[in-house]
Amino acid sequence: MTFINPTRTLARIFTWIPRGLALGLLAFVIFGPLTNLGLWAVAEKWYFPHTLPLQYGFSFWERVFAPRSNAMASLATSVTIALLTVAACLAVSVPAGYALARLRLPWRGAILLAFLLPQAFPSVAVYINVARIFYTLGLNGTVAGVVLVHTVHGLVFSVWITAAAFGAVDRSLEEAARDMGAGPLRTFFGITLPLAAPGVMASSIFVFLESLDEFTGTYFVGVPDISTLPLLMFNAGMGGNFQIAAITALILLVPSVGFMLVIERFLKADVLAKVGH
Amino acid sequence: MSAPLPTEAAGRPATLPRSRGGDGAPALPATRIAPDWLWGVLLVMPALAMVALFFLYPLGLSAVSAFQGRDGGWTLANVVKAFELYSLDMAFTLAIVLLSSALVAILSVAIGGYLTLGGNRIAVTLLRWLYRWPLFIPFIVAAQMMRSFLAKNGLMNNLLIGSGIIEPLQAASLLDWRGVVVTFVWKQTPFVALMVAGAMASLDRSTIEAARDLGAGRLRILGEIVVPQIRPTLTVGLILSFVTMLSVMSVPMMINPNSPTMITVDMAYRINAHGDYGVANALGFVSYAMAGLVGWFYLRHGVRQGGAR
Repeated sequence: MTFINPTRTLARIFTWIPRGLALGLLAFVIFGPLTNLGLWAVAEKWYFPHTLPLQYGFSFWERVFAPRSNAMASLATSVTIALLTVAACLAVSVPAGYALARLRLPWRGAILLAFLLPQAFPSVAVYINVARIFYTLGLNGTVAGVVLVHTVHGLVFSVWITAAAFGAVDRSLEEAARDMGAGPLRTFFGITLPLAAPGVMASSIFVFLESLDEFTGTYFVGVPDISTLPLLMFNAGMGGNFQIAAITALILLVPSVGFMLVIERFLKADVLAKVGH
Repeated sequence: MSAPLPTEAAGRPATLPRSRGGDGAPALPATRIAPDWLWGVLLVMPALAMVALFFLYPLGLSAVSAFQGRDGGWTLANVVKAFELYSLDMAFTLAIVLLSSALVAILSVAIGGYLTLGGNRIAVTLLRWLYRWPLFIPFIVAAQMMRSFLAKNGLMNNLLIGSGIIEPLQAASLLDWRGVVVTFVWKQTPFVALMVAGAMASLDRSTIEAARDLGAGRLRILGEIVVPQIRPTLTVGLILSFVTMLSVMSVPMMINPNSPTMITVDMAYRINAHGDYGVANALGFVSYAMAGLVGWFYLRHGVRQGGAR
């Protein structure tokens, strides 16, 4: 096999040309915008018609990460809202998921679908009216109001994935615990919940990210007092401050990409196969 | 983002053994105070109440107020006014969303098809690693990225000029309907492609191999064998992204704020500038109608497919 056929090698190289071009184009389309964002994050001076920034630096980073900056306040608000949203989602979807997975429910399919509804309708008009209702309740511009909006939006992830996670727990383990005299609550907290924990964790990650990145609902319900990172980025971008917008966008990207890289560790195939069933 | 994660693993059977009792048996042998279903309803109730209070009620309110005047009487004035002011924007919205959906369909079938039928393992691995990235990027970030990338002095034009493909004077901003379509396609293709690739991966390979043995080319196998079998998955993915595109306000607001624009931007404008809930809700009603039309099309199509079986 030491003999190398030159025509075959050449043919192999030629088949790589269209393939390489297509993959290269795709890579450009996908990473071009990301690169542009990255450049803006470190650009001090950049204007038309210069191809690349004239001056690089981190002075805008100092401004964003200054302890009393708007960005840090928005980050704190965003994380607070996202954590509260996860807590609210878990509080209602752990019981609901358990019931959907283990108990006999009338109209089970319809109940599952009901949680998809908030994602299956164009949402802007709904948020407008949520804001109108919340205005009369004094919930507009409060953290609680925004958390409620995000919770409803995130329920489809938390209920569907939690139900799938409980469904994937081996029933015989629960039965064994019951045979040995454990009560239903003790069985749930000692056996079912710990075994379903990775799936519950995965659903929480989805809810957290949904909440962190949510814009439209916060835009209508959060005004005028709640400024989350997406709103800050929107205002900076629309105001022409591309550096601040790019840095804020990068802050938003870190948890999204990071969580998605580890999500497969939490979301096992046996749970995934049951989502939505 | 939208909707539950589709996955390539969805087709795999569950690895855990089935329960002893099977699905029909009561969950746990217990001293029961209440019947099983009552506990179930009680446990599901808080979550359902959240959806009812903070989604269904405002949804109903928006549908009702589309047909109510400021005095509370029934009227068609809002709808008439919405059509007078924004009929161009409605057509514009529908056109953008349909065009984006068509492009997403073509690209996701192409990506899924290459992942399933592609002969070169390195190229398949590279593509699998590449195509998913936009899935993890929030819409608002995607909008800001495209705002800088597609601008007149954005990286795209700069690179085209730098490589001599266009002259500096030819550089044009793509921040109009084209920018919105590009952003939507960029963001939604991986989502649909992931679903499509998952469905394709769980197909029975024997028909594909048989066609290949008979000498069918890869394009023909994709068009005549693979795509017809995964059409339900493709349709669901496209409908979900159709609704997502109708709901996303940040992208048209940031990329194409001037008229003609999408009706999501108009709704926000009616509220922020005029406090005009009537027309805003009438526009909302139009967006439900668009989503409903697609849903109806899907159901009709699904029923017909079920009947043919």
